[in-house]
Amino acid sequence: MSSVVFREIQSRGKGYYGILAALGVMILAGLAAAYNMETRGHIITGMNQQIVWGLPHVFAVFMIVAASGALNVASIGSVFGKSMYKPLAPLSGLLAIALLVGGLTVLMLDLGRPDRIVTVAMTHFNFTSIFALNVFLYTGFMTIVAVYLWTMMERRMNTYTKAAGVAAFIWRLLLTTGTGSIFGFLVARQLYDSALLAPTFIVMSFAYGLAIFILVLMAAYNWTGREVGDVIMMRLKKLLAIFIAAMLYFVAVYHVTNIYYAERRAVEAWLLLHGGIQTELFWLGQILAGSVLPLVILFHPKWGKSRAMIASACGLVIVGGLIQMYVTIIGGQAYPLVLFPGMKESSTFYDGVVHPYYPSSYEVFLGLGGVAIALFIVAVGIKVLRFLPESLEDHVVRAHHGEGH
Amino acid sequence: MSEVNKERRHLLGAGAAVAGLVVAPGVFLVTAGKGRADEEAGESGPQWGKVRWGMLVDTAKCSSGCTQCVSACDKENHLSGETLPTSSQWIRKMELTDRETGKNYSLPMMCQHCDNPPCVDVCPTGASFKRWDGIVSVDRHLCIGCRYCLMACPYKARSFVHHPVTDQNPDVPRGQGCAESCDFCKHRIDEGQIPACVEACGSTGGGALLFGDLNDPKSEISQRVATIATLQVRADLGTEPAVRYEGIL
Repeated sequence: MSSVVFREIQSRGKGYYGILAALGVMILAGLAAAYNMETRGHIITGMNQQIVWGLPHVFAVFMIVAASGALNVASIGSVFGKSMYKPLAPLSGLLAIALLVGGLTVLMLDLGRPDRIVTVAMTHFNFTSIFALNVFLYTGFMTIVAVYLWTMMERRMNTYTKAAGVAAFIWRLLLTTGTGSIFGFLVARQLYDSALLAPTFIVMSFAYGLAIFILVLMAAYNWTGREVGDVIMMRLKKLLAIFIAAMLYFVAVYHVTNIYYAERRAVEAWLLLHGGIQTELFWLGQILAGSVLPLVILFHPKWGKSRAMIASACGLVIVGGLIQMYVTIIGGQAYPLVLFPGMKESSTFYDGVVHPYYPSSYEVFLGLGGVAIALFIVAVGIKVLRFLPESLEDHVVRAHHGEGH
Repeated sequence: MSEVNKERRHLLGAGAAVAGLVVAPGVFLVTAGKGRADEEAGESGPQWGKVRWGMLVDTAKCSSGCTQCVSACDKENHLSGETLPTSSQWIRKMELTDRETGKNYSLPMMCQHCDNPPCVDVCPTGASFKRWDGIVSVDRHLCIGCRYCLMACPYKARSFVHHPVTDQNPDVPRGQGCAESCDFCKHRIDEGQIPACVEACGSTGGGALLFGDLNDPKSEISQRVATIATLQVRADLGTEPAVRYEGIL
């Protein structure tokens, strides 16, 4: 990395501190929401006995999945030897840690008893639980990525970057497998019980993480007057398109497989055809806005070259990703459990009926608070440490890359 | 020191202070309380597996509209009896209609006290546990309220306590923010009694519930399940419930 100069961002203007203040307010609002949920109970949320994981999980799982994906840019540089990506690796690692911290904060504050995180959750482990394993996968990820960042940013440690990068890459695959398996291992629920969810989550992480990475990169460079050249931007955008296409493929295989099982046709027909809000969110949000439109933009001969359009495509992938998480998590619970196949079921406990969900403002604020925590960490990180190359203009990247191919 | 470095140090210092504030309370709080005896949790205790409490539901005797079992459970365990989407319901009456033949059934649904309970598998802290006598229960002192057990239970038997809890039965501790479910009234069983729902069904209901030790070949329940056709709900999942239903095959 000798030819690329890394430097803290210099901006000391009102803009930078304005962003920090805005994020700070969002974080406080999230903490206030969590405090209310903790002291008054989940009764103040829109969650109930049917929709037991609500909007906080949508935000949390999205961020955790995106965290492992955000590390991809670094992995491509260190593990697969594409030197063009190496200057972006520190930001990639910082973003990965920040997103994971944001997501985990939301997840932990949504617990019924967050006061027991240290006294119970960190001292009692049941290793048949994927949640318990995830405690180690998440803390391990943060530690490994922190070491990885150290090997990149401390010149004397540079020789260990590749080894740390390989470890981080393997770990992030395990981590997302663990996250997908939270749902994949739920045998009783027809929309979950599937080994495909683990690799699907990995592919989703590639797309979400890269979309967030590109947007943060653009923002950080634009607002501080630095340059990102076309060489690197066109590479990143092509990669994003490939990830989106792969995500669509996995989603298609998942649903086609389900439709092939006779016992799952009813639930698939509900989700894909007559599931009301869930059907609309699936087709308009997840598929159209989150996958098809970004693909059209990125492959379009003209739009695909416009920075504004590429940024829009990234925004769509993020919004579509949140919607995909909503459909996965809320939709998977909204359809009733089948206890007696072949029977119509009813009870005072809402058996046999599709469950509605109306998220409360507390859940919205808690989720957004987590996003703000992640962005706050990135904003402070790039200011106090040398995460960003001074320039990513084409001549710098080409010089580093050996005439960019 | 340059202006930038000063600013950087200031920010790093502030970050360290925040991190300290976050971690410190936890460090002082590490006095983990273990709320249940080892023989209850461990599979090595001398009593393990000697008894397996189970229930047989005769759906022919269970009539639609009768909710004696539900009322008795609510009273015994001090549940509100409300049926809001957020209310805890440890036992509920399910009404079933065969989609092809139109035949109707009515039956109680509660924790099935599985031999391979998914709620125990997924619980991160071990709060969901199986007792030495097969009863599946929640140690509410270890429950962090993650609700993974509610997601995993194929029988929708678990509830999460959304509402504030008042007027508790000292034998049945409950807690807002924790998961809970039918535990076969283990406090009564430990005193030699039968679960409240079984007692109520026998006295004022249809006498549809039979409770006993599935591991004792001489018990009435063992002899019944050995001679008549019974159904374990979602037997395909391999959870091996201790609750069986007759008359619904």
